[in-house]
Amino acid sequence: MQAKRRLVKGNEAIALGAVAGGCDAFFGYPITPQNEVPEILSQEMPRHGRVFLQAESEVASINMVYGAAAAGMRAMSSSSSPGISLMMEGMSYIAGAELPCLVVNVMRGGPGLGSITPSQADYFQACKGGGHGDYRCFVMAPWNVQEMYSFPGIAFEMADRYRNPAMILADGVLGQMMEPAAIPDELPVVTRPDKPWATNGRNGRGQKNVANSLVIDPYELRDHNRKLQAKYAAMQAECKWDTRLVEDAEILVVAYGIAARLAYSACKLARKRGIRAGLFRPITLFPFPTQPLVETADGAKSVLAVELSSGQMVEDVRLAINGRLPVTLYGEMGGVIPSPSEVCDRIVEAAK
Amino acid sequence: MSTVIEPSKAQLPDGMQCVFERPRAMSEKPMHYCPGCSHGTYHRLVGEMIDEFDLLSKTVGVCPVGCAVFAYEYFEFDMVEASHGRAPAVATGVKRCLPDRFVFTYQGDGDLASIGMAETIHAAARGENITVFFVNNGIFGMTGGQMAPTSLVGQKTTTSQKGRDAAWTGQPIKVCELLSSLDGVGYLARVPLTSPKNIKTCRKYMRNAVRCQLEGRGFALVEALSPCPVQWGMTPGAALDYIDDKVVKVFPPGEFVNKLDDAGK
Amino acid sequence: MCGMLEEVLIAGFGGQGVLSLGKLIAQAAMEQGLNASWLPSYGPEMRGGTANCTVCFSDDEIGAPIAAQYDAVIAMNQPSLDKFEKAVRPGGVLLINRSIISVEPERSDIEVHYITANDLAESVAGTAAAANVVALGALHAVRPRLETGSLEAALQSTFGRKGQKVVDANIRALHAGMDAMAETLA
Repeated sequence: MQAKRRLVKGNEAIALGAVAGGCDAFFGYPITPQNEVPEILSQEMPRHGRVFLQAESEVASINMVYGAAAAGMRAMSSSSSPGISLMMEGMSYIAGAELPCLVVNVMRGGPGLGSITPSQADYFQACKGGGHGDYRCFVMAPWNVQEMYSFPGIAFEMADRYRNPAMILADGVLGQMMEPAAIPDELPVVTRPDKPWATNGRNGRGQKNVANSLVIDPYELRDHNRKLQAKYAAMQAECKWDTRLVEDAEILVVAYGIAARLAYSACKLARKRGIRAGLFRPITLFPFPTQPLVETADGAKSVLAVELSSGQMVEDVRLAINGRLPVTLYGEMGGVIPSPSEVCDRIVEAAK
Repeated sequence: MSTVIEPSKAQLPDGMQCVFERPRAMSEKPMHYCPGCSHGTYHRLVGEMIDEFDLLSKTVGVCPVGCAVFAYEYFEFDMVEASHGRAPAVATGVKRCLPDRFVFTYQGDGDLASIGMAETIHAAARGENITVFFVNNGIFGMTGGQMAPTSLVGQKTTTSQKGRDAAWTGQPIKVCELLSSLDGVGYLARVPLTSPKNIKTCRKYMRNAVRCQLEGRGFALVEALSPCPVQWGMTPGAALDYIDDKVVKVFPPGEFVNKLDDAGK
Repeated sequence: MCGMLEEVLIAGFGGQGVLSLGKLIAQAAMEQGLNASWLPSYGPEMRGGTANCTVCFSDDEIGAPIAAQYDAVIAMNQPSLDKFEKAVRPGGVLLINRSIISVEPERSDIEVHYITANDLAESVAGTAAAANVVALGALHAVRPRLETGSLEAALQSTFGRKGQKVVDANIRALHAGMDAMAETLA
């Protein structure tokens, strides 16, 4: 039965989606604009016999996630940009130890303390590693409240499948806005893979398990890195993307998350002004949907990347387009949200 | 992967019996520790605890960054290697999800009292039901003998070559004294690992610290005052004397908190 | 009705029910099967200062939850009028809470309406707290983009937990706003 739609806040959807996605343990520290996530989970997790703990810092949060993930749990944290920076060391360890977990970043303006208004300036941090060493997170970018609800479960599944940290990259608008979303009252049945590697006590197991990212021999560490890279290459199969109005598009706008919402409205405005604009929306940011973008751009005259940063995703767009078409950027910074008509003006410019 | 061997089942000549053996919780892997270091002793005591309380199948240990970074090589139970200072947070993650497991951290003074002090204090304050085996040798051993938060005033290290200057770097942090004000603490004790007698005392304290967790009485920590002859620039014997003469004056041994039912008996 | 998109901005003091008013509109739109979005201003200004929110509803998928200019702006206090008069789309509606705003707007390319929201709320619901619902009724009278039944359903689902008396008081406030505006327009 289709769940009845109700008005839900993005952060609330993330929290309920995490519970529905089988989250066993949540550890977090307050930071605006994601506070509804821990607030709701502080109620929901114990109600379902699961673990919620407010940690003393983001540093502690991610390390509690590390411990819980090592113990075989679906563990997560959520934070916003400055807090995510604090978690980067832990993320690197989790990736190195090949443990699954989920971290949600409801992005805000930076650098530094920045602002609390929405931003997409953490794209590099999320998609290019973020912490030290050669690792990647599986990164998903929702663009509406329904996806804020459905992505935690998908992200957990991917994290488990690849034994790798997953991130959901949202922003202050998606976290704070309300939209109708279909959220079932009953929790879905979640199937989980066996985790024979978990450090959960031997309990009859023939040998001990160790969760570890220390590989002191350079050749062994090289092999370990090659294994990780092969895993990231295999993740390419999980690329997700979405399009609007692209069939006849002469200008292809590429945007994710809230920027894609602005861009979608802008494409409609541009069409009223006689410019055939369409939207390509990467849903997975890592792996980036390179090939689908190339195929969608086929037939367009130029590509415009729109993002709430100085231009981070545009680098992946340029790598994908690889000189075939002109790629321009409309990047807004500082937590300022451009209006669809401002984005439309850029589309008009790109069409000249 | 090393296998568990049980020396007591090995062939012994007639008339001989096994009176001392490697704890079943320990692996055969030769340790990498320097001569005169007491990490080996402390590891063995940990192994004895796991055997004594029959915890091999339900233990999850958390190793630090520091000299004991390879501790997971030396034990036969599950272990997680934490990042520097975060072992209590990692242990919290394990223990909260699996409250019936025995979860401990093994940490040095740089890990526990410098970079990881926040995690230490908050785990203690929450009354996190974990056990911490703390090695205090007053120096950063692994990185080459730099000053630790527990280095004595006047102690020469590679980053305090004229001796620790209290006016510039402050006084050593006394972890047991610091934590003893927290209500979440169930057991706290300090002991120098300098003699067979003291090692027996350490074993007693560790037993209490294990029981503290098994009985659900909150955060337990045993601080072992340990020698680091190599980084102190002393012979092993002189290093033990230095602890008995100097270190215990700053870090007095004894039980600081004991909330077990039979405390004081 | 296809391709309909309505964008509304509501602003006032924190505590005037500005955010709830936005939610009521989004809820009503959802009740009649439309898509809707609600976005609050958030952050330090929500601690007692001015608050505002934007609501969009459409029979189509909604893109941006904000706009450069809005079809309707409800100004519940003076600073909101100062700040958001320019945010009304030419030809759009500016609804001013006459109970506490005495100045006139400057623009002549928009439709301006006044409602004594606080006074009406006190007289029909017994509390100025229902001023936001009076304003909702007033906006509905001059720009009926949703069905009256949907607005009533939204009041029912929003205030139902507080009991039928509260629901009824709010429905009276809604109609007081509608009626007052109808009289003005007549």
